[in-house]
Order: sequence, then structure tokens, then C-alpha cells
Amino acid sequence: METIIQPLQTIPLMYYIIFCSALFSIGVIGILVKRNALTIFMSIELMLNSANILLAAFSAYRNDSSGQLFVFFIMVVAAAEIAIGLALLISIYRSSHSIDIHILNRLKW
Amino acid sequence: MVTTTLNDMQWMATWLLLFPLIGFLTVGLFTKRMAPKWAGILASAFVFFNVIITFVLWSYINTTHQSFQFNLFEWIQFGAISVPFSVSIDSLTIVMLFVVNVVGWLIHVYSIGYMRHDEGIHRFFSYMNLFIFFMLILVMSSNYLMLFIGWEGVGLCSYLLIGFWYKDHLNNNAAKKAFIMNRIGDLGFLIGIFMMFHTFKTLDIQTIAGAATTMPSGNTALLIITLGLLMGAIGKSAQIPLFTWLPDAMAGPTPVSALIHAATMVTAGVYLIARSSVIFVLSPVTMHLILIIGLLTALISGLIAIYQHDIKKILAYSTVSQLGFMFIALGLGSFTGAMFHLTMHAFFKALLFMAAGSVIHALNQEQDIRNMGGLKNKIPLTFFLFLIGTLAISGIPPFAGFFSKEYILSAAYEQSTLMGVITTIIALLTTLYMFRLLFAVFYAPESPKVQSEKHIHESPWVMTIPMMVLALLSLVGGFVQMPASFNDINLFSNYLAPVFATATQLNHAVYQPLGTTFEWMTLTIPLLIIGLLIIWMYMLFAKKSITDHLSFWEKIMARKFYFDELYQITVVRPMMSLSKFFREFIDEKVINRLINSIGNDTLLIGEKLRLIQTGNIGFYLIIMVFSILAILIINFIR
Repeated sequence: METIIQPLQTIPLMYYIIFCSALFSIGVIGILVKRNALTIFMSIELMLNSANILLAAFSAYRNDSSGQLFVFFIMVVAAAEIAIGLALLISIYRSSHSIDIHILNRLKW
Repeated sequence: MVTTTLNDMQWMATWLLLFPLIGFLTVGLFTKRMAPKWAGILASAFVFFNVIITFVLWSYINTTHQSFQFNLFEWIQFGAISVPFSVSIDSLTIVMLFVVNVVGWLIHVYSIGYMRHDEGIHRFFSYMNLFIFFMLILVMSSNYLMLFIGWEGVGLCSYLLIGFWYKDHLNNNAAKKAFIMNRIGDLGFLIGIFMMFHTFKTLDIQTIAGAATTMPSGNTALLIITLGLLMGAIGKSAQIPLFTWLPDAMAGPTPVSALIHAATMVTAGVYLIARSSVIFVLSPVTMHLILIIGLLTALISGLIAIYQHDIKKILAYSTVSQLGFMFIALGLGSFTGAMFHLTMHAFFKALLFMAAGSVIHALNQEQDIRNMGGLKNKIPLTFFLFLIGTLAISGIPPFAGFFSKEYILSAAYEQSTLMGVITTIIALLTTLYMFRLLFAVFYAPESPKVQSEKHIHESPWVMTIPMMVLALLSLVGGFVQMPASFNDINLFSNYLAPVFATATQLNHAVYQPLGTTFEWMTLTIPLLIIGLLIIWMYMLFAKKSITDHLSFWEKIMARKFYFDELYQITVVRPMMSLSKFFREFIDEKVINRLINSIGNDTLLIGEKLRLIQTGNIGFYLIIMVFSILAILIINFIR
């Protein structure tokens, strides 16, 4: 454990925070501007992983391994979410031959 | 000799309740597929078992001179409240058991003949058995709540049987009238029960009587309790001001009138007061009120009865009048007198009703005495039985009515001579209406209706034999209690003495014992007047038909002193318009509108709000992101 923590701590914590915030913002913007459902999924992954990195970084700085444990949980949840999301996408594609999210407004009411 | 133990008696008393209940269920559920006569035979058999048990219980109480009480099961039990379903048998109960079971059984047998051709015969007999069941609960209960159950139960059976021929709307209205007017009284009874529970923390009759003896006379709590119970008794026993339901109740079949509205149910009020004698004696105001109500009822209904034309209505008003007489006795503190008259009245009034039923039967459901007349030779047996009933109710020796009325009258004379004279005059009214009825039905010239009727026939044996038994009882029943000037037999009063011992002891009213000369005077003078009245009635009604021409005062009496009209204006109409107001304004304009507007407004809001849902996912996401941001910022600021 110590051996991994040592190199991680050589970079100041602030850098991690800025990096993760940037990644997260990119993810948010990606969700907002993109119309392709697949890209939106990727953006969601980006946001999740930025959170993961931050968790890992804090975990290293605080000498507390539970943060890293959470990372694994989030990965599992993300995997499950992607599996369902892709399944949905496939069935949407089958019925409408498109994965443009604007097509989904037919679902209203 | 079989030794009877207390346990056996408890077992017997339980069966006393179970027989009519089983009868109600079996007759009601299983006799429909059998021949119609089986319903009557089965129902009568169950009541006959009860008659046997009554005699057994009577002999037990007679030999041991002890009352007994036992729990059938725990009924209400929570916290400090404990009301068991318990039965108590003492001499007062035995007297009532005789009335209910013996008279009830005879009427059941009579009904086998009377209701023979009715298609609802199983319904009829199952209701009759149910009535006996509830009446037994009423007289056997050892606490007021269970008594109330019986009280309501007999009211229900009365309702069901008045409206027995439910296809006629008038019968249903009569049934509803009886039920609703009884509810007014029952409200008083309930208040009495609540107040009793509040004051004594128990509803056990014996315990309450015991606890009340330590209270001062005229205690406010006791006053409220007794007034409440009195209100119940007024409703049930058809006293002024709640008496108008009883004449209307004659819409039911005649055996019902005989059983419920003459012999048993209507006397429940008298029984209730006699049963609660101790608390009533301790409340002199209520006693005076009972006396006044009794006097008024006996007088007014006696006067009304003289001018009626319906044979059953005359008997109904006569019943009200006789019940008023029992109330007079109660008000005078002569509980034994009331119970004695109750028992004797059950005999001869049931007999009169059954004989009237026989007349109605012979004339194909004709009830108007103007359409009768000259029946003396056509149905001689019925005439003979009716005559015995008439003689008995008019108080002519040696019939039962003479002794029971004499007992009450001497109680009245003992209080004051004026009281005695007033009561005697009221008692004389009986002679007027009964002999008018007798002469109009059996002696008057034959009416066209009678002349055209070809098949006037005597009733079958199954109807006449019960009447003969009752006639015999009306003849010899009075011998159990004779005034000093005759034989000085006090079987009845001695029998009931233990029950009323406390009440008699607590009664502080001053009594002057009557001298023998005076007593003879109070006996012979009324008898002389009765004789003259009979001759008068004979001249008026036996030779010619009843005229419809009435003077002003007679018209008032014929119209029942406008009681029904008065209630119509003062109670029914305001009630109706109030109900109408509630239905048309409160219900439709307020409540309905409120409920509807809740539904309508929800729809309207939904209509507007659903436009927010564009279905555009990008838009949703933007909203989501900005909302999260907003939450974050708000958190920061705080």
C-alpha cells in the first residue's frame, strides 16, 4: 500500500481536483450538447470516472483505503448501468433505426 | 323423586333461551320445502318445551324460595368495565316467563289455524320464535345492557311482524312508525344506561338496586336515570306522548297483535319499571310523572276507543288504556298491582284479540264493526269467548280483570279518596268501549255485508282451543289474589313480595288502610254503575247500527284528539323539510359540489401541467443539471 501511495502523493491534491473537475465538466457538456445516445453514455462514463479518480486521490492522501473500495463499487454499478442502457439502445434502434435521442420525444404522454 | 340441583336449573334456563333461537333458525331455514303446516307445528313445539321448563323453574323457585343468577358467558370486558351475559331467575322473572311462554305458546297454536293459508307462514313463525327469544332475554337478563338487547330485539320483531304483509305500503308505514317512535323511547333508555354506568360503575340490576338504597331520596342522578328509563318505558308501552304507534301496529296479523301488541312486548315498559322498583321509589318526581302519564293515557285512549270503528283499533286503544292503568299502579308504588294487572291483562286481552281474529277470519278479513252485527248466532263459540274476555276486561266479578283492577283501585284509594274516584271513573271507560264493541259486533242488526256473506263459519279447533284455555285463565286467574272483603287470598302479592321488599320499605308515601265498609262501597258502587252502563250500551248499540253522526266533542275523540295530526305538524313536517333542506342544499349544493370540484380541479391542473413534459431528453438533462447546480449553490450560500 505504502509503495503505491508514495508516488501518488508526489502530485499535489489540487491538481487532481482541477483535473477531475475538468473531466466532469466535459462529461456534463457532452451530455447536454450531444444527440447521439452512445456519446451520451460515454459522457456519463466520463463523469463517473472523474469521480472515481477523485475518490482514489483523496483515499491516497488520507491514508484511508475505503475510498478505493468505493471506486470498485462505482465501477460495478456503472457496468450494470451500461449493460441496461445498451440493451435499451438496441431495442430503440430496432424499432426506430436511429439512436438520436430527439426521436424519443415520441414517448411523451 | 328427582332431586333438582341449581346446576340443573341453570341448564334449564339456558335451554329456555336456546329453544326459541333454534326454533327461529330451523323454522326460518328448513321448513320452506316442507308442507306449510310444519312451520307452525315446529315453532309451537319449541315454545311448548319452554312452557314445560317454565313450570319446572316455577316449582324450583317455589320449593327453594331462592332466586339464582349465573353467567352464560363473559360478554364485554375491558378495563374496569365488565358486563357478563348473565341470567337471573326470581319470582318476577317467573311471572313474566309464564306470560311470555304460556300465552305465547297458545298464540302460536292459534296461529297455526289463523295463518294456515298464508304463503309467508315459515317467515311468520320464525319471526314469532325470534320474538319469544328476545322477550326471554329481556325478562331473564340480570343487567340493563342485556335487557336493552332484548328490548331492541322485540322492537325489531315487532317491526318485522307489523310489516309482515309488506306488499301493502300502509303496513310498511305502520311498521316504520312503530320502529321510529320506539327509537325515541330507546334513546331515553340508553341515556339512563349511560347515567347508571356513570353513577354506579356497573349495570347489574341487583347491584344497582343495592347501591341506590344508600342514596338519598330525590337524588339528581337517580332522577335522570329514572326519567331516562321512564322514557324508554313510555315508548315501549305506548304511553302518552308516544302512544300513536300502537293502534297503527294493528296492521300486522291478528296473532301478532295478540302476542306482541297486547300481551307481552308492550308490557315490557311496565316490567322495566317494576324491575327497577328500588331506584324509581327513590325518585318521587318520576313516580308522580308516571302516575300522571298513566292517568292521562288511560283516560285519553279510553275516550278514543269509544269512537273507533275498527275492531282491532278499539282493542289497541283498550290496550293502551290498560297499560295506562298499569302505569297508574306503578306511579302509586303498587308494583305488585301493576304486575298482577299485566298478567291478567295478558290473558284476557290475548283472548279478545284472538276472538277478534276469529271474527275477522269468519268475515273474510272484515275489520270494520259497522260491517258486522248479528254474529251472535252465526259464530256462537267465538261470541261466548269474546263475552268472557269482555266481562274480564270490564272488571266484572269473578273474572280476572275484577281482581286486578280492584287491587289497583284499592291502592289508589289508599293514597287518597280523590285519586281512587278518578281512577275508578277511568276504569269505567273500559265498560263503555268494550260493551259497545260487543253489542255492535254480535247483537246489532245484520249489516249488508254480513247478509251477503254466505260462508260465515266458526274457526277450526286449533284456533278455538287456545282461546278456551285463555278464557279459563281469564276466569280463574284472578283467584290468586283476592281482596280482604272476599277471601283474603294473597298468593300473587306474597309470591312477588321478596322482589319488591326493598321498594316497599323505601316507599314513604302515607297510606291509610281502608275500612271494610269503605272497601265494600268502592266495590259495589262501580259495579252498579257498570251494570247501568252495560244497559245503556245495550240500548244504544244492540238494537240499531252505529250512526256516523257525531257531535263536536265526539268527533274530536273519533279523530284521536288529533294526536297524529299534531305530530304531523310539529314533528314530521319540520323533520321532512329539514331533511329536504339537507338533501337539496347541504348535500347537493355544498358537499356534492365540493367533492366534484376536487375531481374537476385535479383534472384541470393535470391538463395544464402535462405540457411541461415535452419528451425532449436534452431539455430534461439541462433542467437536471441546472437543478443540481442550484442545489449546490444554495447549499454553499447557507
